[in-house]
Amino acid sequence: MTFDYAPAPESRAVVDIAPSYGLFIDGEFAPACDGKVFKTVSPSSEEVLSEVAQAHADDVDRAVKAARKAFEKWSALPGAERAKYLFRIARIIQERSRELAVLESLDNGKPIRESRDADLPLVAAHFFYYAGWADKLDHAGYGQNPRPLGVAGQVIPWNFPLLMLAWKIAPALATGNTVVLKPAETTPLSALFFADICRQAGLPKGVVNIITGDGSTGAALVAHPDINKVAFTGSTEVGKAIARTVAGTDKKLTLELGGKAANIVFDDAPIDQAVEGIVNGIFFNQGHVCCAGSRLLVQESVQDELLDALKRRMQTLRVGDPLDKNTDIGAINSAEQLARITALVDAGEAEGAERWAPACELPGSGYWFAPTLFTGVTQAHRIAREEIFGPVLSVLTFRTPAEAVEKANNTPYGLSAGIWTEKGSRMLWMASKLRAGVIWSNTFNKFDPASPFGGYKESGFGREGGRHGLEAYLNV
Amino acid sequence: MSDRLSVFKTYKLYVGGKFPRSESGRVYEVTDSKGTWLANAPLASRKDARDAVVAARKAFGGWSGATAYNRGQILYRIAEMLEGRRDQFIAEVADAEGLSKSKATAQVDAAIDRWVWYAGWSDKVAQIAGGANPVAGPYFNLSSPEPTGVVAVLAPQESSFLGLVSVIAPAIVTGNTVIAVASEDSPLPALSLAEVLATSDLPGGVVNILSGRTAEIAAPLAAHQDVNAIDLAGADAGSAKDLETAAADNLKRVLRPGTTDWTADPGTDRLLAFLETKTVWHPMGV
Repeated sequence: MTFDYAPAPESRAVVDIAPSYGLFIDGEFAPACDGKVFKTVSPSSEEVLSEVAQAHADDVDRAVKAARKAFEKWSALPGAERAKYLFRIARIIQERSRELAVLESLDNGKPIRESRDADLPLVAAHFFYYAGWADKLDHAGYGQNPRPLGVAGQVIPWNFPLLMLAWKIAPALATGNTVVLKPAETTPLSALFFADICRQAGLPKGVVNIITGDGSTGAALVAHPDINKVAFTGSTEVGKAIARTVAGTDKKLTLELGGKAANIVFDDAPIDQAVEGIVNGIFFNQGHVCCAGSRLLVQESVQDELLDALKRRMQTLRVGDPLDKNTDIGAINSAEQLARITALVDAGEAEGAERWAPACELPGSGYWFAPTLFTGVTQAHRIAREEIFGPVLSVLTFRTPAEAVEKANNTPYGLSAGIWTEKGSRMLWMASKLRAGVIWSNTFNKFDPASPFGGYKESGFGREGGRHGLEAYLNV
Repeated sequence: MSDRLSVFKTYKLYVGGKFPRSESGRVYEVTDSKGTWLANAPLASRKDARDAVVAARKAFGGWSGATAYNRGQILYRIAEMLEGRRDQFIAEVADAEGLSKSKATAQVDAAIDRWVWYAGWSDKVAQIAGGANPVAGPYFNLSSPEPTGVVAVLAPQESSFLGLVSVIAPAIVTGNTVIAVASEDSPLPALSLAEVLATSDLPGGVVNILSGRTAEIAAPLAAHQDVNAIDLAGADAGSAKDLETAAADNLKRVLRPGTTDWTADPGTDRLLAFLETKTVWHPMGV
């Protein structure tokens, strides 16, 4: 006799999506100047959710002008007053968190369990955290009365739409900047709902402007001569293009880019906990995570035991409807991303690595990819070098800690890494040798507004979160 | 005055703890502010720049892995050695920058004092740039600064010694290794500094000093895939944009040129510019 899970869908009645949305500029929604729109679909069903405006360069200019105009008063407000706006926003996010979680799962494809239990609580916490900084900047270690930069142009990715918005907007506003933010092309809705939250909070017009569009909109924003700050989260390729765009200007730049994190398991690690950490590391959010533990480095002596346990665990992962509360792995965010994952996985097989995935029934419509692992992977394989940004784990082995360090650091990226060992001295030694901005030891994919996040090397520069995150928006 | 004929010094590059001539065999004439010949300095090539990067990378593991206390001791030792050669540097700076003896003395004294100031930062910077983070869960969470890696430094053009010291010392005290491109017209104080560094227990390759055309040497450094950061203090406004564009290829950390008064209190900006923040999480439990 087998026990099956009954469907446990979260109701989508809690969210009311309008058939179309304009650009949120100077406190008002308005269509693009040339009337262009594009559709946003739910990746789990390919259902069209809404139609949003495709911002033209002239719209970008209008948004920057609105932000510039708002800057004077916003930056002159006492920090305590700015703080109260941010506290209001944090509270309204908490009040509307179920609505926003469902919306996020619809537009992004992530499981409701994650949008409800990870994304939304972190979004609210981020606003609470930075709200508290707004009137304490003199004590932040950046000298007396540190000044805001001005207008910040912010471009965010589709993997954590609202959380990345929070990471960008909360510190910018707390420090007295005004913002023009462009959400990702495939996930514009939660940012547009955030615009409504700004309205409910009574935030002065022009302090937050949301412009939707594709890469051309982002490029126009980054290149706009009247912004003082560029903050980008996304691919390393685009990050480099942005760094070239701002070269020779006075614009301050922070970049949070790709990764190819090593998750390193030593032979003394508790296998069951490590397996949970590996699964969380690579299958959380369908592997659409820049800091995903996409390279498993396992000590040779426990390779068989660990892989057996990992495969058993992967067989229990439930792939399907993002709104089902029992779903572990939701939909791939877009057809384009699915094609990228498929191409890299094909390359993995062609280059001689061995592919394995549990038997797994995938829905008929929408974009899906079964949790997959590769064994027999060498450091030269594309699946060991390139960011797949999907639920695909490459397994490599090592014998000594020094070899683990060598292999872990053998990448142009340096965003995160994981260490699994019971030996404290070895954990600390490894943590000091790994060239990455976030080290999770005996855990993985933990985030907190008080904890700085960001990369070494080609994973970008600057930190988001914590006291460190203020620097990105201050004239220091 | 004695009739004795003085012994000239052959100025050389400083790469990997050794004093090579430029592999190109080229030199250029260095004159004082009035145009009088002072010496022939090596005219470093792109190959010299690449060799210096190799030396700096090789030195990075040991230097960044040394204790902060040890790095502080070595930087302080550099100040001690400079003090002993104070008269030599005063003469070189006076020639290089056309300063009176008293003004050159002020520059050299400030430079020595700056080494001492930075030396003391070695085991304190982590306490102002890092710390514990109170995350909402049962986790130990600590952020610590770490050196960015290999840093290319274009030393200021006008301040041949104080400016030079002010860009090298903050980069190395935190564990970075450096390729410094000396002031193009006034490289001699920099090349003499190399002799001090070589006798101060500073491991070879931690600081490498090149003289020559800044634009010629800077271009391969800005584009080099194994350089992690670049300080454009000595870049002219025209080339700074091109260098920053080239640096984007591997996302180097770029410190843009600015107007800096090298005699003023430097603050911690340059110290913090070439640091990465590493945050380590670990669960707490029994």
